[in-house]
Amino acid sequence: MINIQNLHKSFGDNEILKGIDLQIAKGETTIVIGPSGSGKTTLLRCMNLLEMPNSGTIRIGDNELTFGENKNPTDKEILTLRKNTGMVFQGFHLFPHMSVVENIMEGLTIVLKQSKKVARDKALGLLDKVGLLDKCDSYPHELSGGQQQRVAIARAMAIEPLVLLFDEPTSALDPELADEVFKVMKELSLEGMTMVVVTHNMGFAKKVADNIIFIDNGVIAYKGTPDQLSNTTNARIKQFLNLVSD
Amino acid sequence: MNLDADTLRILGIMKDSFLPMLIAGLKYTIPVAVVSFVLGLIVAMATALARLSKYKSLNFISGFYVWIIRGTPLLVQLFIIFFGLPAAGITIGYLPAGIIGFTLNVGAYNSEVIRAAILSIPKGQWEAASSIGMTRIQSLIRIILPQAARVSVPPLSNSFISLVKDTSLAAAITLPEMFQVSQQITASTYEPLVLYCEVAFIYLIFCTILSILQQYTEKKLERYVAR
Repeated sequence: MINIQNLHKSFGDNEILKGIDLQIAKGETTIVIGPSGSGKTTLLRCMNLLEMPNSGTIRIGDNELTFGENKNPTDKEILTLRKNTGMVFQGFHLFPHMSVVENIMEGLTIVLKQSKKVARDKALGLLDKVGLLDKCDSYPHELSGGQQQRVAIARAMAIEPLVLLFDEPTSALDPELADEVFKVMKELSLEGMTMVVVTHNMGFAKKVADNIIFIDNGVIAYKGTPDQLSNTTNARIKQFLNLVSD
Repeated sequence: MNLDADTLRILGIMKDSFLPMLIAGLKYTIPVAVVSFVLGLIVAMATALARLSKYKSLNFISGFYVWIIRGTPLLVQLFIIFFGLPAAGITIGYLPAGIIGFTLNVGAYNSEVIRAAILSIPKGQWEAASSIGMTRIQSLIRIILPQAARVSVPPLSNSFISLVKDTSLAAAITLPEMFQVSQQITASTYEPLVLYCEVAFIYLIFCTILSILQQYTEKKLERYVAR
């Protein structure tokens, strides 16, 4: 369902992604690991065009975009692709001037032009799913970090994207709060949501991943199932796993 | 209590002049300030967006406007509009001339306030709005401006209070606002100290009320805490 071919991205002279090829099937959970600065987050941000790739092709669902010298996608193509992806950020980025339920309704009423009534019902359903129905009229600053991130997941899911992208969703949370976010994510994964998750939490990765990809220095250095990864003989990956596994 | 004749005379002048000055304040000073400020906010918003836009020509025009207004005295701007333009065949009455002058002036200063407020909203808010499929305009209107508005209330309130006092400059272009009325009464009574202190006192009352309103508005907007 997702097909990325030969994706390149540079910031100035600094080439971050050096030709990424990645296929993800519907319903798969793909965990992206790798050292800092390897390009994990940039890859994720290219997938919903928060960063514009310099060259390559991204297909999500039926929507294929090619990037290159003189053929950047139009605003309309960018919006279409973004409606097919949902993003969960490390820093949550909830809208602080809106209540929890309004945060989730925003994409439904403004982007999908649904009525307030329909949007609210759907938003409440999603809040129930992430276990925060009782917080629907709270404001983001009244919630813990873990609760905020769960609201952010519900917000990302509201527009019914084909894939959910998670950019280090628990890095700003202590282990207990991280765990409540992971629980929600695991449930989504089991329900067949297609997910791409950048994380350092190998425990979570091993539990839910269909595939783990290891990005090093702008290329996919390894791709395999969690079992295959544990038994790898690749010295670079072993060294990395030793560092993050505690 | 024994009051000599001179004291009684001054008290009489103060008593007789208070109402005409207050009426001029309510009839001209406050309305001119309010109308200019509201129009100025529209100008300021347009200018701020033009300065932040990706189009170089809009950047240039808005930057040029702010440069001219901030680099020249308000009194000189009022003189150009009221006394200067008739020489070019454009004659404007004192009231529209005053309002145009104050609008252009407050518009330029407030555009910087609004621009700074928009820039102060974290980039993550734009990205979160984009990630749920919002266009730039939708993100601006729904997500960024409501938060920027809250940030700009204190500086905009300051700007409004300044404007209320700056309307006194319109006395020089014959606009019969509060300060001009005090000058007229001074001309007939020869008591500048008394009358200018009295008009200062009325400005002080106006600005005190506005400061209280400002505190109230800021409190009301504290419903959420921006991160």
